[in-house]
Amino acid sequence: MTAPTLVPVRAPQPAPSRRRLTRNAIRRSQASPIAYTFLIVVLLASVFPLWWSFVIGSKDATAINSGSVSLLPGGNFLANARTVIDTLPFWKALANSIIVSSAVSLVVVLLSTMAGFAFAKLRFRGKGVLLVFVIATMAVPTQLGIVPLFIVMSKLGWIGSLGAVIVPSLVNAFGVFWMTQYLKEALPDELIEAARVDGASIFRIFWNIALPAARPGAAMLGLFTFIATWTNFFWPFIVLDPGNPTLPVALQQLQARYYVDYSLVLAGVVLAALPLILVFAVAGRQLVSGIMQGAVKG
Amino acid sequence: MTVTTKVPAEPADSVDPAGPGGSDRLPTRSSGIRPRSKLRQRLSRLDGAVSPYAYISPFFILFAIVGLFPLLYTLWVSLHQWNLIGGQGAYVGMKNFADVLGQPFFWNALRNTLSIFVLSSVPQVIIALLIAGALDSGLRARTFWRMSVLLPYVIAPVAVVLIFNDLFGDKFGLINQVLGYVGIDPIQWHKDTLASHVAIATMVNFRWTGYNALIFLAAMQTIPRDYYEAALIDGAGRVRTFFSITIPQLRATIIFVVITSTIGGLQIFDEPRMFDQYGQGGADRQWQTLTIYLYNIGWTQKNFGRAAGIAWLLFLIIIVFALVNFVVTKRIASKESR
Repeated sequence: MTAPTLVPVRAPQPAPSRRRLTRNAIRRSQASPIAYTFLIVVLLASVFPLWWSFVIGSKDATAINSGSVSLLPGGNFLANARTVIDTLPFWKALANSIIVSSAVSLVVVLLSTMAGFAFAKLRFRGKGVLLVFVIATMAVPTQLGIVPLFIVMSKLGWIGSLGAVIVPSLVNAFGVFWMTQYLKEALPDELIEAARVDGASIFRIFWNIALPAARPGAAMLGLFTFIATWTNFFWPFIVLDPGNPTLPVALQQLQARYYVDYSLVLAGVVLAALPLILVFAVAGRQLVSGIMQGAVKG
Repeated sequence: MTVTTKVPAEPADSVDPAGPGGSDRLPTRSSGIRPRSKLRQRLSRLDGAVSPYAYISPFFILFAIVGLFPLLYTLWVSLHQWNLIGGQGAYVGMKNFADVLGQPFFWNALRNTLSIFVLSSVPQVIIALLIAGALDSGLRARTFWRMSVLLPYVIAPVAVVLIFNDLFGDKFGLINQVLGYVGIDPIQWHKDTLASHVAIATMVNFRWTGYNALIFLAAMQTIPRDYYEAALIDGAGRVRTFFSITIPQLRATIIFVVITSTIGGLQIFDEPRMFDQYGQGGADRQWQTLTIYLYNIGWTQKNFGRAAGIAWLLFLIIIVFALVNFVVTKRIASKESR
């Protein structure tokens, strides 16, 4: 399905009929002040908790516990940040999060593009059943497998290592489904038939035709997988040691250590949230259109 | 061998494609230009028959190892006595399941999970629909507004819960202070059961409402504009068209969102686990959810057999509720159209 195209604005007519007026009233006219007011409230609700964590994270313990409310930041953020970095393995957690999220997104994108290419464009026996199977597995909760996964990981001696976090995340049925849908539209059947008739091998078609066509969809999938892996807590919390955490696991330690001093906890939250806020600043537009495309397709 | 299997796979029309097909670079009639040897043709057919499996197999092999195998192995573990450190013990049949079902804490956790789920999903879907409606109304700077509702999505749940823990502080929390200004007594967010559920549900809603609003927005934009036009000519107002056209037309999308939030919501762990520094779900387990319960049985009490039993029960509960929600949402959404 193509992206939903909006009704283009008509050229203004000398004497607009009532009909035309009503159409514009529904579609491309200005939104009502109520819509703007509502969205401003939503915007404040989205931003305020982040602002608040910076406000608290930039004060010291006595200022917070004095009981007075202030929405302005104090001057203690850098000192708090230094304490957090010194007491946590912060840089290690940051590096681990980058390694885990990048590795998982790369492999998920590669496996999903390969499988999506086969499901969307190749003919083979059992395709329908296998695709239904992929979709069905999307509904299986991840929690179901953690007990045996932990048993396997400890048998392998992987507990505490990043591999124990990375490997179970490499399987992403949603990714296969997404790339199948994407390639169905992005790649014309005629092109593949023509290349086949011309003697191109399947690998050449994949490499020279499918991969370039898949790039936008694959980038989107990579972005969402990266964010999901970065924010994931449950499984890394179970298998990683306090000395070798990802960022969410490190934040948990921060709470266990400083739950009375929220200025330190929230300074850590600001530090840990910054990388993805940067990603959002750069690629927020792509995230929006990714969600909207997925909604129309799914 | 492979020759016969491959024959129907190449329809006659593909040899002579009439359409443009974007094949400007590739000659489509290869037979006249470059005669191919028998061997090459055979290899090519073999390629066509075998390659598809090569492309899907990495995914399925990995899935078998880290997806399917753990699933079945969970069942095996749940039928045994199994210690986190000691490993496999005697076969005990359904005893683990019976033990779990006989524990008041299990039912407490189930109640808490469902309560938090309802408090998070129902307001979330309603507010997301309203946001989508506002986003769909011809705004200036629409990309800005769309991005602004999505910002919370990039904040990790662990970070969200730490921020909201402070806002929901029992003594000096901002929310209680603001409530104090309007004459409401401080709410014991970390003691009272319902209050703790509201606080946790708020964190979930903070992160996911905007995300779901964008899904609804995309679906709204596929609704043919003629419907609205006709309704407007018939004298229906904005509110009326929202309930009589938009909501019924979004039925499939609403069902999709409700089902996905059921699967995710019933597994909730991060927010309740971090709601206090002990991670047990409260002094009286006021906000202990099923996944926290599973974690405590498995990793604190080191009883893997029972934890595996809980995992299977959680799976069954999720399936049941996904089906129930499917039916309920379908019914509600189609009633709106009348």
